[in-house]
Order: sequence, then structure tokens, then C-alpha cells
Amino acid sequence: MNSMNRVLGGPATAYFPADVAAERWELDGPGEEAYAAADIALGLEGVSLSFGGVVALENIDLAVRRGEIKAIIGPNGAGKSSLINIISGVYRPDHGRVRMAANRFTSVPTQKLAHLGIARTFQNLALFKGLSVVDNVISGRAYKVRSTFLGQVLGVGRSRSEEADVHGRATKVLNFLNLTHVSHRLAGSLPYGLQKRVELARALVAEPAILLLDEPMAGMTEPEKAEMTEFVRAANREHGTTIVLIEHDIGVVMELSDNIAVLDYGRKIADGTPEEIGSDQRVIDAYLGIAAENIGGEGI
Amino acid sequence: MPVATLEVSAPLRMLHWLYPVLLLGCAYLIIPIIGTNYLFEAILLPFLALSLAGVGLNILTGYAGQVSLGSAAFLAVGAFAAYNFNLRVEGLPLIGCIVLAGFAAAAIGIVFGLPSLRLKGFYLAVSTLAAQFFVQWALTKFNWFSDNSASGVIDAPLLSVAGVAFNGAVRRYLFSLTVVTLLTLFAYRLVSSQTGRNFIAVRDNEAAARIIGVPVLKTKLVAFAISSFIIGVAGVLWAFTYLRTVEPAGFNLDRSFQILFIIIIGGLASIRGAFFGAALLVVSPLILSRLGSFLLGDLFNSGVLEMSQRIVLGVLIILFLILEPDGLVSLWDRIRKRTIARLKKR
Amino acid sequence: MSGFDWQFFLEVLIGGLLSGVMYSLVAIGFVLIYKTSGVLNFAQGAMLLFAALTFVSLVERGVPFALALIITFAVMVAIGIAIERVVLRPLTNRPPMTLFMATLGLSYVLEGAAQLLWGTQVHGLNLGIDDVPFEVGGIFISQFDFFAAAVAAALVLSLSIFFRYARVGLAFRAVADDQFAALAVGLRLPRIWATVWAVAGLVALVAGLLWGARLGVQFSLSLVVLKALPVLVLGGFDSVPGAIVGGLIIGASEKLAEVYIGEYFGGGIESWFAYVVALAFLLIRPSGIFGQKLVERV
Repeated sequence: MNSMNRVLGGPATAYFPADVAAERWELDGPGEEAYAAADIALGLEGVSLSFGGVVALENIDLAVRRGEIKAIIGPNGAGKSSLINIISGVYRPDHGRVRMAANRFTSVPTQKLAHLGIARTFQNLALFKGLSVVDNVISGRAYKVRSTFLGQVLGVGRSRSEEADVHGRATKVLNFLNLTHVSHRLAGSLPYGLQKRVELARALVAEPAILLLDEPMAGMTEPEKAEMTEFVRAANREHGTTIVLIEHDIGVVMELSDNIAVLDYGRKIADGTPEEIGSDQRVIDAYLGIAAENIGGEGI
Repeated sequence: MPVATLEVSAPLRMLHWLYPVLLLGCAYLIIPIIGTNYLFEAILLPFLALSLAGVGLNILTGYAGQVSLGSAAFLAVGAFAAYNFNLRVEGLPLIGCIVLAGFAAAAIGIVFGLPSLRLKGFYLAVSTLAAQFFVQWALTKFNWFSDNSASGVIDAPLLSVAGVAFNGAVRRYLFSLTVVTLLTLFAYRLVSSQTGRNFIAVRDNEAAARIIGVPVLKTKLVAFAISSFIIGVAGVLWAFTYLRTVEPAGFNLDRSFQILFIIIIGGLASIRGAFFGAALLVVSPLILSRLGSFLLGDLFNSGVLEMSQRIVLGVLIILFLILEPDGLVSLWDRIRKRTIARLKKR
Repeated sequence: MSGFDWQFFLEVLIGGLLSGVMYSLVAIGFVLIYKTSGVLNFAQGAMLLFAALTFVSLVERGVPFALALIITFAVMVAIGIAIERVVLRPLTNRPPMTLFMATLGLSYVLEGAAQLLWGTQVHGLNLGIDDVPFEVGGIFISQFDFFAAAVAAALVLSLSIFFRYARVGLAFRAVADDQFAALAVGLRLPRIWATVWAVAGLVALVAGLLWGARLGVQFSLSLVVLKALPVLVLGGFDSVPGAIVGGLIIGASEKLAEVYIGEYFGGGIESWFAYVVALAFLLIRPSGIFGQKLVERV
């Protein structure tokens, strides 16, 4: 691993000229105009994070363009999940900032995340086991609810239209993800692959501008993966959702992503289109390894 | 955990309402006619008050996942608040006193629920003991709450609504039944509303709930407030319809545990469970005392009875946790399903 | 207004610290179980009552002091192992709160059994220490409190050493850190748990005798557990040093409050004051004195 670090240790921009435009605003400390011109939906600026002296992320710059699917890959422990947890406010970075549209945060306020138009799924399932599938999905709209509990109990005022609205939306999303047949089962009783899909449904129903997917296909069978790939692509194309994707399956990543950032030991070692990542001999040698055979959009 | 809601057709949905309606019909029309004084005074009145307290605690602990060991404090707040509103506010009708007592309990509940915003699990459970001890101390210490009575024990006022007096066991029972029915209906609606979904979301995965935009802090405080309101009203029923006296001593730590046991035995996160659990906890000591004196005769004195009740209660809790963690409700549902299946086979 | 009586203040403070050691003693019993099995053992108070009641009843029936001690210890070990076997093992892998509720049920069983067996009357317990105050530099200290604190301190110290150095102690810590890893390297968990519960029985015995000698042996002895809980909230359920320091803080602040501000509340504030101290502290430092802050994982 050390030799790989030496080879790829230089600034990522040097290897991937295509991304220079996006990199420049990061390096120059951009104004809002540059940000808007690059159409950046989400950005990290010099983000570092460590746990009790162990460095998880070191000076990460990252830009996600509006409407793209950006994958973040890297070996286990590279800091991918830490990155998502910083974006969603679970962790507070030691240094650096997170940019979301016009906002800059030193620490993202978790409870406002949904209002900022960001939804996420979790690496280890985080469904509400005691709620049915449809109620799990509906809870993805909880941030929009404005009726009081008294109104809800009495079934008066705003609560009625809200309830009808969320049920309608949940039904649509469940339909979209082929989950209608299990919508009244308890979420905790479903097989793993379906639970992952319910998580996606819960995130999508919020109609986020940006969707963070933390290993959405881990532990899935090949047919399930193929199905999930289609769902992610459809969410991106049909709703224009910007997607940040963490995934181990290189085939899936190459097939889905518009851009890929490569992390290793908490540092970004590469950033570019799948072709650029795929054709970079050093990335292939050092990290992608045998998976390179599958590069070119075939999938595994 | 809650029973899965299954897709049911319209006639079955009617059936869903049939049982409670039949039960209520029976409770309102038949029991008042056939019931004995003993049934009302020793069984039904404590049963109704404790069931309602169980419903209240279940909202907080069963649904919202915040374990409270201080329920008796809110019973006490309810009882004493109702007594004092009745005593000190001229011309306030009894219903007004009860509602205000519920609000008083809710306010105290929010105060003692504040630690839940920072604390979780055992730390929170222990911190709810603060409510238990503080409230009991305050009610004992400041005689004003008991209208400066020398003994600290005061008689509950007579119940009357719109000029109709609810004295006598049967009338007190009907009064209690009505209050319990209304609040139970409220609880049913609540747990299937968006607020109820938020409760379960916070219970099952607080971090995820916060990230997807469930207002976690507000949800917890609402749970504490509603739960305390219901328990407070249960306290009024306990003191006004069952004991007919108000005294701090009855609202001790054992009472708090009793209500917790009711929802464990009946079934966590189940409104029906509170009634099942309360029934078992009210009836089993009576059976035990009959059985004991029948088997052991004079050896079975009140001391022995009290101790064996403790042991039986403890054993019941442990057995339920090990063998039937979803409580009597799930046992009941299983038996019912099996019986229906067997009937269909014939 | 120059009349702040420092000597009196010190006397109260020392008295508070000494009784704080007694709180620590009970709290240590909790920590021991919590660290190794993740259970907040509410039955600790009932075990304490059971031990004290058994010992006193044996002595009253003419059993020599030392023999009564040995018998009681054996009984407590047996009870500890039985609890592990009958109650906790069937509940393996259940949520911690379920285990807690089981120990709540357990405390009912033990309290009921102890009194059914030995009766409900109050027993005096004389450990042979005169409660005559002795004087150090003008400050009077209760001899019994001092003795009790010394015994408690010795037990706490030996438990900490046991935890730190003995082979079983090392195994304890492994189990406390990560049960799965401990299983993987071949530590026999049931055996370790049984040992832990036996040690908890010993702690209950010592605490039961000391508390029993002070309060009299009776039902309310099991309520000592309620004194230990705020100590645990303060110090962290998983921290031995936390239990010690927490006990001292609670003991001292409780005595000082009772003496100096108690009158404004009409007295009797010791039933809830410790909880308020612990809560106020936790609002400032949610992870307690020494308890480590767990990183939230999603």
C-alpha cells in the first residue's frame, strides 16, 4: 500500500485535466459566481477528520455537479463512509467546510438536512423495524409535516390533506421501486435486499436535490444489484437528483457514474470520469486490480 | 412490538371494530346490572385506572422508547392537582379540574422529560427516578397540597358532572369507564398518526430519524407530555373513583414499577396490552390470596401474602421477558388465530 | 458575618466523603456486572438485603460470626450463579433494557424470598465497632464511618487490582470490551459471567453488612440501590474510577446540602438531591466523569 501512495501521492488535478475547471474554484477559494458557474450542488473544501489521533480524512476537496452521479470509491477504511457522515452532519470535521448550494457549513446541522434537500441511505440498514414498509417510506416526509398531534388525532385541518398527500407519494414511490406487494409488512421482517430498497424509497419520497447512497448494493445478489442499478439511474434521470454513491462493486460504479473520486487512507488520490479512472494505469495497478477487466460499462 | 397491519377487506375491517364495540356494550350495559359491589370496588375500578396509566406509559416507553421509572409521580401530580383545582377554583366543574390536572401532569412531564434530550437508555431511566422522588417529597413536605390536613390524607370530593352525582360504586365505575374509553380512543388515533410514526422512528433508530428529518427533540417532549397527561388523568381516577382519598404514600416507587410491569406483561407498544397487563396485575393478587388461605390456612397471613405476591410478580416478569417478550397481547392473538384455524378445519 | 465555621464545614465534608465511599461500594457492584454483561443490575439492592438478612438471622440463631460469614458468602455465590443461569442466559442477545427489566423482576423475587425466609422484623447488626467519634486536629470523625470507609476502600482497591492484573480479571476486561472478540479467542463467557455474578454476591455481602450495621437490617436496606444509581449516572455505568469519584461527590454534596441549604427546603431533601446533582452534571457533561463517549454509528 505504501508504494501505491508514493505513486499516486501527487495532486489529483495533475492526472485528470478534465476536472481542472472544477478544481480551480476549490484551489482559488471561490466566490459564489464561480460556484454557480461550475453548477456545483455539493462541495467539500479542505475537510479533515480524525478519531482520537487516527486520521480518517485528510484535506479532502470534492465537487459534485448538479444532476450528476458521483461515485466515491476506495478500499475499506479509506474514509468513504466518514465522508458521507460529514456531509450528513453525523460527524463534525476537524477542519474544512461543506458547501451546499449557497450555504457553507463547518458542521452540517443534521436536523436541517432534509430541509436542505439532502436524503441518504445507510451502510448498515437503518430502517424503523417496528413500522410497516409504507410507514417507513412515509416517515421520509416527516420533515414536511406541519399539523399538530391534536389535529392528527382529531383528523381535522391540515392533517387530513397531509395524510392523503404522503400516502399518495408513498404509493407512487413504492410502485416505482416494485415494493407494493410488501408495503404492509413490518420493515424488520423483510429480506436484506428488500430492506435496502425500502431505504431507497424512504430517501426518494423526500424528493431530495441530493441523494447520498452508502453502499446501496452491499450484500445483494446479482439480479438485485442489476435492479437497484436501474432504480438509481432512473432516480437520477427522471427526477434530476444529484447522487453521491459509495459502492464497492466497481462494475456498478463504472456503469452508473458520471464522475468518480478515489480515496485511499483518507486522501483523495484521483478524481475524474470513469474512462479517465479506468484508463489510468497507476489506478488500475494500485487499486482496481483485476476489476479492470470489467471496465467499459459491462458490469461484473 | 406492534402487530403488523395487514391488508384487510372491508367486511374484515368492520370486524376490527366489532370486538371493541361489543366489549364496550358489555361494559356499559351488562356489567352494571350483574356486577357485585366487590367486583367494582376491588377489581374494576383499580383495573380501569391502572389500565389508563398503562396506556399512558406505553405511549412513552412502548412507542417512543423512553423508559420511565417515575410514572407514579405523574399519577400523584394528577390526583393532587385535580384535588386542588376543585378546592381552590370556585365553580370550576369537575371535568375542568380533571383536564387541568392532566395539563399539570403534562407540564411536570415535560420538565422531567428534558433530560431525554441529552440522555439515553439507562441514564434516562435513572433520571426519571428524580421525578418520582422529587414529586413525592414535595407533596409530603408542603402541606398546602393536602389543604394543611394533619394526617396528609384527604378525602376526594364527590364526583358530579352537570348536576349528576357519580356516587356509589356503579356510577363511579361508569364515570371511570367513560374517561378511560375517551382517552384510549385518543391514544389509538395518536399512535397511528404521523406523531405516532415519529415515536416509533425515534425508538427504533434515533440517529436515522434525525437525519431523515423527524423532529426528534420535539417528538420526545410530545411523548413525555401526552404520556404524562394520560397518566395524570389516571391518577385522578385512581384517587377519586377507586380510593376516594388522596395521599402521597400510595404513589411510591412500587406503584411506578407496577405500571411498568403492566406494559411489559401486557405487551409493549400495544394499547390493548395495557388492559391485559392491568387485568393480570389486579386479579392475580386476589387469586393468590384466596389460593394461599385455602391451601395454607392461618399460616398464610398478610405478611406472607405480601411477600409471596412480590415473588410471584417478579417471577411473572422474568417469565414473560424470557418466554413471551411481546406480552399477553401476542399470546392472546396466537391463541385466537389457532382457535379460528381449528374451527375452520371442522 | 465573619462567622463561617470552617471546622464544622470540614467535619460535614469528611462525614459526607466517608458516606460517599459507602455509595461507591454499592455502585461498584453495578459497574462490575455492567462492564462484563452489559446489564444494569437493579437487583443489586435486593442481593444486599438478602445477604445482610441471611447473615444476621444466622448469627441470631447462634451460628458463630466467621461461620455465618462463610455460609452467607456461599449462599450469595450460589444465588449469583443461579441468576446467571436461570435469568440471564435465556435472555442472551436481548436488548439491554429487557435485561434491566428482568433484574427489576429479580429484585422483587429476592426481596420477597429474603423476607419470607427470615421474616420482616428489623434486626440490629453489631460488627463490633463502637460508634465513638475520634478527634483529628479538632475535627470529630465517626469511628464506624471511618471503619466502613476503610473496608469499602479496601474492597474497591482489591477489585480494581483484580480487574487489572489477575488472569480472570484480564478476561473480564476482554469481555467488557468486546463480547464477540472474547468469544472468538476462546474465552468461556458463561464461566466468566458466573464468576462475575459470584463476585457481585461478595460485594453485596460486604455492602449489606456495612449498610446493615448502620441502618439496621430491614426491607429498606434494598433501597440503598437508589443511592447508588445517581452515583452511576454521574460516574458512568462502566467506570470503576467513576463509581469511586461519583460516590465521593454525591456523598459530600448531599451532606453539605442537607446541612447548609436543607433548611430552606424544609429538610428531607436527600431523597432527590443526589439525582439533581447527577442530572445537573450530566447536562454539562453528557458522558459523565470518566465514561467514554461512544461515537454514534449509522
